[in-house]
Amino acid sequence: MSFSTTLYNTFFRRNSIFVGTVFAGAFAFGIGFDTGATAFFDRWNRGKQWKDIRHKYVEAAEEEE
Amino acid sequence: MLARQLSKGPALSALRRKNPLSIPRAFAVRNASTASSSSAFESFLNSRLTLASVSLFTAGSVAWYTHLYGSLPFLGQVHASHASEEGLHPPDYPWPHAGLIDTFDHASIRRGYQVYREVCAACHSLDRIAWRNFVGVSHTVDEARAMAEEVEYQDGPDDQGEMFMRPGKIADYLPGPYPNEEAARAGNAGALPPDLSLIVKARHGGANYVYALITGYVDPPAGVEVREGMNYNPFFPGGAIGMARVLFDGLVEYEDGTPATTSQMAKDVVTFLHWAAEPEHDDRKKNGIKAVILFSTLTLLSLYVKRFKWTPIKNRKILYDPPVDKKH
Repeated sequence: MSFSTTLYNTFFRRNSIFVGTVFAGAFAFGIGFDTGATAFFDRWNRGKQWKDIRHKYVEAAEEEE
Repeated sequence: MLARQLSKGPALSALRRKNPLSIPRAFAVRNASTASSSSAFESFLNSRLTLASVSLFTAGSVAWYTHLYGSLPFLGQVHASHASEEGLHPPDYPWPHAGLIDTFDHASIRRGYQVYREVCAACHSLDRIAWRNFVGVSHTVDEARAMAEEVEYQDGPDDQGEMFMRPGKIADYLPGPYPNEEAARAGNAGALPPDLSLIVKARHGGANYVYALITGYVDPPAGVEVREGMNYNPFFPGGAIGMARVLFDGLVEYEDGTPATTSQMAKDVVTFLHWAAEPEHDDRKKNGIKAVILFSTLTLLSLYVKRFKWTPIKNRKILYDPPVDKKH
């Protein structure tokens, strides 16, 4: 059984499976793309964002309490 | 064949040399051949469509220039005011957040808030920023709550219909230095210190202008008279500004140990004010890079699909297959 036949039988044969694949793929791509873009963005702006300097002030506040 | 070609060249040139009249004739022939295209050119020149489009182009260019530069082209103008009335243009400073995908430097925002609180807040309000806005940007929740509680806000009415004072909550907005505009003017010789919430958006040049202004105080040049109570600043339109120079080296003491030079404090406070004017800045740039990646991918994909679909249509060759005469 060739690859295209497998592909057809797995994903395209039934519309419910096909639509489900599209939705699940969109969901996974959304999460993956968001994670990748955020990782790149944080890498580019390393040390500048609040989450990079937050630990200095959170620890100081806990020590005071 | 080769010999004939070789003999042809010299023979022709010899002929031309012998008969000079043949050269003008050649020109005349060429003129005759171009005469038709020249008439086409003339008809193009004389056509109404050409006239209309050239007129439209000219009017459009003039309108565009006037819109862009504010005056008609090629007409000299005389102004009663000097160029310095407009204020000096600020230079472009290398802000940490200047790039297309650069966020604010949040340590700088935190220091800038300190400068605002200790220096600027004596005269300038920051109406549109609440204490809660600092959370997750420059301060922790506890710090923001503690800062809010230091200020008393009027609240009420209570059961007796009385207004009462209470310590600030995190959702309260930053208090202004004056109760109203008249009090602000009265305290500053008639000049109203503008609210700083949107000042970076509200001035030409934005952050560059504000930085240049608060670091740009100099002695007035010879011949420039500045009225009593006013200060000279070349970046301020008109040159005379009510606010005096306020930032001097060592004015504040930063908690993170950064040397508090004038330029450092100015950079920090302008970064803070830039954040106050554009709190969505970081998210905007992050979503921007995502949108650019997605939309450019989709554009490339659609271009590919278009070519893919059109390739057989554009490359087809239509052949006429004549009917075969079956009688023969």
